[in-house]
Amino acid sequence: MSRNGPLALAYHTLFVAFMLAPILVVCIVAFTPEGYLSFPTDRWSLRWFYAIGRYPEFISAFWRSIWLGALSSAIAVTVSVPAALAIARYRFPGREAMTALFMSPLMIPHVVLGIAFLRFFTEIGLGGTFTGLVLSHIVIVLPFALRLTLASAIGLDRAIEHAAVSLGATEWVVLKRITLPLVLPGLASGWALAFINSFDEVTMTVFIAAPGTETLPVRMFLYIQDNIDPLVTSVSACVIAITVVALILLDRAYGLERLLVGRGATHGR
Amino acid sequence: MRAAPYLMSLPALVLFAGVVVVPLAMTVLLSFHDWGQYKGIEPVFILKNWREVLGDSYFHEMFWRTFRIAFCVTFLAALFGAPEAYILNRMKSPWRGLFLLVILGPLLISVVARTLGWALLFGGSSGLVNKALMNLGLVDAPLPFMFTETGVIVALTHVLMPYMVLAVWASLQRLDPQVENAAIALGAGPITVLRRIVLPQVMPGILSGAVIVFALAASAFATPAIIGGRRLKVASTLAYDEFLNTLNWPLGAAVAVLLLFALVAIVWGANRLVERRYAQVFA
Repeated sequence: MSRNGPLALAYHTLFVAFMLAPILVVCIVAFTPEGYLSFPTDRWSLRWFYAIGRYPEFISAFWRSIWLGALSSAIAVTVSVPAALAIARYRFPGREAMTALFMSPLMIPHVVLGIAFLRFFTEIGLGGTFTGLVLSHIVIVLPFALRLTLASAIGLDRAIEHAAVSLGATEWVVLKRITLPLVLPGLASGWALAFINSFDEVTMTVFIAAPGTETLPVRMFLYIQDNIDPLVTSVSACVIAITVVALILLDRAYGLERLLVGRGATHGR
Repeated sequence: MRAAPYLMSLPALVLFAGVVVVPLAMTVLLSFHDWGQYKGIEPVFILKNWREVLGDSYFHEMFWRTFRIAFCVTFLAALFGAPEAYILNRMKSPWRGLFLLVILGPLLISVVARTLGWALLFGGSSGLVNKALMNLGLVDAPLPFMFTETGVIVALTHVLMPYMVLAVWASLQRLDPQVENAAIALGAGPITVLRRIVLPQVMPGILSGAVIVFALAASAFATPAIIGGRRLKVASTLAYDEFLNTLNWPLGAAVAVLLLFALVAIVWGANRLVERRYAQVFA
């Protein structure tokens, strides 16, 4: 394969600069010592990071987002394991339609889901509750959990299970000692991807979160709608830092490309 | 054992029936209900909201703007994302993985934080983009980005770009480099190789990326809300306003359902077109 010429590399540099510019700007402005939005020139300050401590709504929203993400991703993974095994191992009427249904939250605009959930939860008395948030987040992160559990369920070597059965293991023992440990890596990365998607979700959540059940991105969004000041840049910088650390860990553990493209698109590995 | 797969999928099926199918059906129904300032939502079956959404020029303009923005974003993402995926694919081992992480990583960073970055670049006292443009001598006066379509398009292109790079990248992985080498060996120049060998083979990737980017751009919420502000309305921000400010839920539901149906039709049609046109590539 031929190499990239200087023109291609110049284009690549500009492209990477375009992709990173808005993210870097947020992180730089967060260190301003001034009381208004500006670039720190001679002096960097942590003043706006300390200021986050004086706004308990950001702190509580952060912890709510963490719990919401952890809980809804865990339930989504739990529900998608048997479904993934069913889709991977059986050919049954309605298999395609069922898969399409489970993947549908990826195709339905989140604004439509937000409206549907707002109406639905208000009617059944779950409007603005944490339970409502968990239910809705399970649904929107399930496709991510299912895709990765499905990939590992399809990649599973059935011969190992058959060997266990011929050695006298019961169905339950096979599931516990063979099947689940083998799909565990897919499960873990499915949970992680689901968590990140739940943690970042804003469009749907903004409809159903009430004051007191706001997640961090919703709190940030509503704050920005009122005014943009250095405080929200320091909060964003923290979110970016956390995501970048999670991203690097995920890339090391599973490979970001495999995680995002799904169905083991990395050929020849 | 016939029932096994159904029993195994039962928890997920119950969940989706209860929390996806029922709420969506309720929303479609809601769009036919009546609403008044003082009487609230009345559970009747009328076409008032649909007449308003389909007949009023305000809604025409808003939907036209939504799809115009989505189209521009898709075009720009394909124009700039596809070459980058190609360059990325030709890189050597450590750089390839590193830059793939740099370009796809933003996908997982909060869209609010990314949009805030564009708000800082565009507006405020700094307005870095305009400073740069004026220093380069490209423009004489600052261009308005905040609260304009141009600003929304630039920011949304950035937000959705990773999806395009990802789709083209995935199709490039299927490409056999030997074909390219064969063309070079037979005397083809680099432009000919790109145009006649590479482009036809990655076209399905570009098109499937375009479908994803278009659908996400047309239904984007946070970015048009922050960059576009309260006056530059798109379908999703208008529905949000009807639901949480005006409280006319039936009208908001009609806007959302129309957006959903329009997108499903467009995505389905585009997929059909791509599959028919490139059946031999997928086979």
